[in-house]
Order: sequence, then structure tokens, then C-alpha cells
Amino acid sequence: MLSIKNLHASVEGKEILKGINLEIKAGEVHAIMGPNGSGKSTLSQVLAGNEAFEVTEGEVTLNGENLLELETEERAREGVFLAFQYPVEIPGVSNLQFLRTAVNALRHHRGESEMNAAEFMKLAKEVSRQVDLDPAFLKRGVNQGFSGGEKKRNEIMQALLLQPKLAILDETDSGLDIDALQVVSNGVNALRAKDRAILMVTHYQRLLNHIVPDYVHVLAGGRIVKSGGRELALELEERGYGWLGIKEEETANSSAN
Amino acid sequence: MATTDTEVNELIKREYEYGFVTDIESDTFEPGLNEDVIARLSGIKKEPEWMLEWRLKAYRRWLEMDEPDWAHVGYPKIDYDSISYYSAPKRPEDMPQSLDEVDPELLKTYEKLGIPLHEREKLAGVAVDAVFDSVSVATTFKEPLAKAGVIFCSISEAIQDYPELVKKYLGSVVPAGDNFFAGLNSAVFSDGTFVYVPKGVRCPMELSTYFRINAANTGQFERTLIIAEDSSYVSYLEGCTAPMRDENQLHAAVVELVALDDAQIKYSTVQNWYPGDENGKGGIFNFVTKRGACIGKNSKISWTQVETGSAVTWKYPSCVLRGDNSVGEFYSVALTNNYQQADTGTKMIHLGKNTSSTIISKGISAGKSSNAYRGLVKFGPGAEGARNFTQCDSLLIGDRCGAHTFPYIESKNKSAIVEHEATTSKVSDEQMFLCRQRGIDPEQAVSMIVNGFCKEVFKELPMEFAVEAGKLLEVSLEGSVG
Ligand SMILES: Nc1ncnc2c1ncn2[C@@H]1O[C@H](COP(=O)(O)OP(=O)(O)OP(=O)(O)O)[C@@H](O)[C@H]1O
Ligand SMILES: [Mg+2]
Repeated sequence: MLSIKNLHASVEGKEILKGINLEIKAGEVHAIMGPNGSGKSTLSQVLAGNEAFEVTEGEVTLNGENLLELETEERAREGVFLAFQYPVEIPGVSNLQFLRTAVNALRHHRGESEMNAAEFMKLAKEVSRQVDLDPAFLKRGVNQGFSGGEKKRNEIMQALLLQPKLAILDETDSGLDIDALQVVSNGVNALRAKDRAILMVTHYQRLLNHIVPDYVHVLAGGRIVKSGGRELALELEERGYGWLGIKEEETANSSAN
Repeated sequence: MATTDTEVNELIKREYEYGFVTDIESDTFEPGLNEDVIARLSGIKKEPEWMLEWRLKAYRRWLEMDEPDWAHVGYPKIDYDSISYYSAPKRPEDMPQSLDEVDPELLKTYEKLGIPLHEREKLAGVAVDAVFDSVSVATTFKEPLAKAGVIFCSISEAIQDYPELVKKYLGSVVPAGDNFFAGLNSAVFSDGTFVYVPKGVRCPMELSTYFRINAANTGQFERTLIIAEDSSYVSYLEGCTAPMRDENQLHAAVVELVALDDAQIKYSTVQNWYPGDENGKGGIFNFVTKRGACIGKNSKISWTQVETGSAVTWKYPSCVLRGDNSVGEFYSVALTNNYQQADTGTKMIHLGKNTSSTIISKGISAGKSSNAYRGLVKFGPGAEGARNFTQCDSLLIGDRCGAHTFPYIESKNKSAIVEHEATTSKVSDEQMFLCRQRGIDPEQAVSMIVNGFCKEVFKELPMEFAVEAGKLLEVSLEGSVG
């Protein structure tokens, strides 16, 4: 479904991704781990089409279609979804209105009729309950004053509403309390489907007890330095990243920040 | 300019003998302004003598005044002698005969705003069937108003039919000597609206100039006077939500509101005059004086405005809070794009005890435009226990536009309380990326974010107006992304 070949990307003239290769088939869940500053969020953002990053080399296809040629919104309509590590606030725009606009943009793209306010309200309420978010959050401004954990649940709610083909979840598990982790994991597991690929960035093997990945990759210094099954995550937890031979300078980015 | 009254009267007579109105060649005055021109104008309108004198007095004051230059706007010097001060309403045969003859750009905008076809014709000034235009409209709104005793007519009619009311209140809130543009308007105003709501009457419907758009070609110097007697209520909507393109360059309107004891006036404006093209060419200079006097105790005046048009806007709807416990409100959205300039805000003059005022101003700048809020909150010595709350928010789209805030506070009473909040924010790249990542069009994203920003003001607008104001922002923001 998703095929990344020799992907290089830079920001402000600095190369961050230095040749990523990754294949994800429909129905699979891949976890990406790696030290701070290794390029995990950059990869997520580049896939979603953030124009702050420049792709200098390589190719990315989704179901055979060249993703890099598409605008951000076109990728979204083709089924790319990114749950943000740091969801941004949009004051004054209600969550409900934002979500309905998004859902209708996708429906429009598929040639379906728009959902009216009442129909959408019903659907949104159901989905918000699924992630244990009080429907009152639908009336609030997008992420406005949401706690860290509420923002993350809001992201998963959006994934459930938009039903993407490729869901990229950037540290959706960080900052969650134990109960919330369970709720979010259930949400992600509900997303698992045989026609959907999930790319999940995480620092914690703990999450992988709830959401069992098919593959685990280690990203370091802008490259995937190791891939394996879920047992790789356990090994990382025990041994850290040092044994993979990741050089000091390749993780130095994190301390520079 | 030492023209005596007798000379003036002779001039009027002379014009009459000319049979001016029937003279097709001279439907529009030659450019230029002098007492003769004013006399001719007044003559055509068959105004009583006191009205002419009032105009001439204003004109003589105006000659002594200087054009203000303190606003945060720049525009080429206006030559007041190059303007024609009277143009007879167009006759049906001079109007476009069908929508095919109307500028397609304009029609596209109407379509985007979702204006029904027959209304588009009206707005574009197509000569429409007289039966549709006047009779049906007249019966739908004139009857219930008459039943309630509400007077709603053109100011020209009011001068003829209700001279005592006009004499008493015209210029009582905005005197001719108030400022340069008000002076000019007082001398040459062509037409406008008059509303009178009697004691204890709640006006049975929203009054709107929309109904009158074809009935009176009000031209560039409108004059509006609204009087709400004791314990009455009226809501008035000005302008239409469709953009009116206008070849005229200068608009200098005056609006006066008078609220007596326990009366309430709600005045909403959606202004979308032609803003000029994306290169800053053309467009309207909108220099307007709007002021309401809360004369009576417990009276209330609310201004709500959505300003998206005009090349240059200079406008400060204000409230003079004279009556004890009277309330003034100002809710404003001003959007500028391309090369538009707006200097707008309000004045809240607290004179009575326990008077209170609220100012919510939302400025949005895009393109290379400039948007300034200018507000004065003043407490007189008698304004015991008065209070004001001001909130001024600016939103920037792109990095070539500007926003400025000029709040002035003058207090002669120690018990008065002022609260002021101001914010400036940008439509950030991250917000845009979030919206687009969810499949939303960039233009729609900007419009959604801007609408969210304006929510507090839009909720003050009458329902159906709020929806159209939102759409209008969308249209006005076109081309501001990317
Ligand atoms: N807009 C930017 N401008 C400059 N540098 C950037 C920008 N975005 C990312 N970087 C740099 O790129 C590197 C990779 O960042 P990225 O956010 O992809 O790391 P990450 O693997 O997601 O880290 P974490 O685990 O801390 O989330 C970092 O050194 C970061 O400082
Ligand atoms: Mg990250």
C-alpha cells in the first residue's frame, strides 16, 4: 500500500531524512521507534505533505500513486491521515464545525452528498464516546484549552471519523495516563482493518502490548537502522539504542534542541 | 460666498423655470460645489426654505474646515470641485434591460453569495417589473408598520411630511460643524432613510435599506435619522450583503440615532462597497459619521458592523451616553485585503451616571492591506459608576499586511472603570497545515479560521445576516492564500 524509496528530506537546508526505505502492506501495523531528534516526526510530516520540509530525493507511492506530487489536502482526500504529536489550536472554530468540514471535504471528493449538521452531530457523538471524550468537547474550539491527553484522544477521534487508508500516528501515546492509554489503544485497534495501513511512532514498548505491531523499525540519524518483529521493541526497552551502534552525533540533535 | 437669501430664492426659482427634471441633458449636475449648486439641489427636491438654509449654513461652515489627516490611511487628495453633487435617479430605459448586460464578475459574486435570481436583478440595477418592485414589497412591509405607527420613509419624504420631527432632530447628534465630511454631507446630502418609532412600540420587523435599494438611488451622500421614543425598540439593517459596485469615488454618509427613555436601537451594517482591484486601483472612499445619542435614561444603542468593502474606510460609530444607566455597544468586524485601508473604531462618551459600554473589535488584515482600530472611551465628570469593557483583536493573514490599535481613554471621573484587552494573532502555517491535512481546501480553511475569529461579533447580527456575513468574508478573502 505505502512504498517509500530512498526518501531524503531537509528543512532550512539541513538534511533530516537521509534515505528512508519502507514498505507497508494493507492491514499491517508498523511501529517506528528511535531516539529524540532522529527524524520520526519529520517522516510523518513529509508523508502528509508539510511544505516546511523539502523532499530532495526519493519516491513515495500510496497504492501506486505518486504521493509527492499531491498537495497536502489532496493526499488527505486520498486517505492519508496524520495524528499530530503536537496538535495545534484553532480558537473560535468549533471542533464540530471543523470535523464536519473535513468529513464533507472527503465525502465531496468521493462524490458523496454532504452530511447535514444533525446527521453529523449524531455520528460525532458516537465517535467521541468511543474515545471517552465528553460530547461537550465537540462544541469547544479545536484543541482550545484541551489537556495533552484530551488532544491525543481528539486526534484518534478524527481518525475514526475520517476512516483513512493510511493512518500515521505520531506519539499518540505520549502524555496519556493509564486509562487514557487503554482508551487510545482501543481506538487504534478499532482502526485496524485489512484495507488500512497504520504507521505508529512511539517511544514506549508499553503501547505495543496494547497495539501489537506487525513490524518494528528503528529510525536513527534519518535512516532506518534496524527492522524486526515486535520482539525488537522488547529488546530496545531492555538494552536502549546503544547496541545498535548509533553514533553519538546521530542522536546529538536531540540535545541540541 | 456672500449670497443673500433673496438671491438664493431667485436661483431656486430660476432652476424651476428651467424645468430641470424634464431636461434629459442635465440629469446630472456639472461638477463643482457652490451655493448655487446647493440651491438647485434643494429646489429639485422641492425642499422647504428652512431646509435650504440649514444646508447653506452647513456649507459655509464646511468651507472653513480642513480635511482631517490624522487617520491611519493614505489616499490621493480629493478635488471637491470635480465631483457632481446631484444625479437624478436612473430611469428604467437607462438601466440594463437584463442580466446579460451586467458585469459578469459582479454576477459571479452574487452567485457565490447565493442570492436568488430575481434579487440579483434588483441588486445589479436591472430595470425590473414595476409591479414586482414596488407594489408587492410595499404591501408586505408598509402595512404592518403603518399599523404600529412606525414611520419608515426616505429622508426627502420626511422633510416634506414630518418637518417638525426632522427640524427637531436633524443635526442634533451630528451637527454640521462636527467634522469635515459631516459638514459636506449636511450641505449636499441627496437622500437617505428616516425612521420614527413612537412611544411604547416595538417595531414589528427588522427594517432594512435592502427593501429600498431600487426605490431610491441614494447616491453618495446619504443621510439617515432614526428616532426611538420612550420604551420603543427598533432594529435596523443597513446596506445589503451583496457587493454594490459603484462608479462614484467618495461616500460621505451621516447616520444619527436618538434613543429616549428606555428605548433601544440596534443598528447593523454590512458594508461591501467596491474595494478596488487587487492592484489597488479604483474603489470607494468611505468616510462616514455615525453617532447615536442615548438621551433617555436606561436607553441602549448597539452598533454592529461588518466592513469588508471600500478602498479606504474612515468610520467610527459612536454613542453619547447621556441618560443615566444608558448602554452603548459596538461590535465590529473589519476586513481588509489587497491594498485596502481601514481606520475604524468607536467613541463611547459617558456623561450620565452608571452608564456602561462594550467594545468588541475584530480586525482582519490580508494581502498588503492596513487595518487600524481607533477608539475613544471618555468619562465626563458626571459619569459616576460608569464602566467600559474593550476587547480589540487583530488577525493577520500573511506577512505583508499591518494591524494597528489606537485606544484613547479620557476620564474626568475617578469612579469610572475601564477594562481593556488586546490581542494580535496570525493564521499560522501550523493551523493551515492541520486544516489541509484533514482534506480542507486552503481558501475554505482561512475562511473558517477567520469566521471563528469573528464569532463574537457575528452572533450579534440578525440570524440570516450572520450567515451571509460569513459568506461575504469568504468572498472578500479570495486570493489571500498562497
Ligand atoms: N522546522 C524545523 N526547523 C529546523 N529544524 C527542524 C525543524 N523540524 C525538525 N527539525 C530538526 O529535525 C530533527 C528531527 O526532528 P523530528 O521532530 O523529526 O524528530 P523526532 O524523531 O520526531 O523526535 P522526538 O522523538 O523528540 O519527537 C531535529 O533535530 C529537529 O530539530
Ligand atoms: Mg517527534
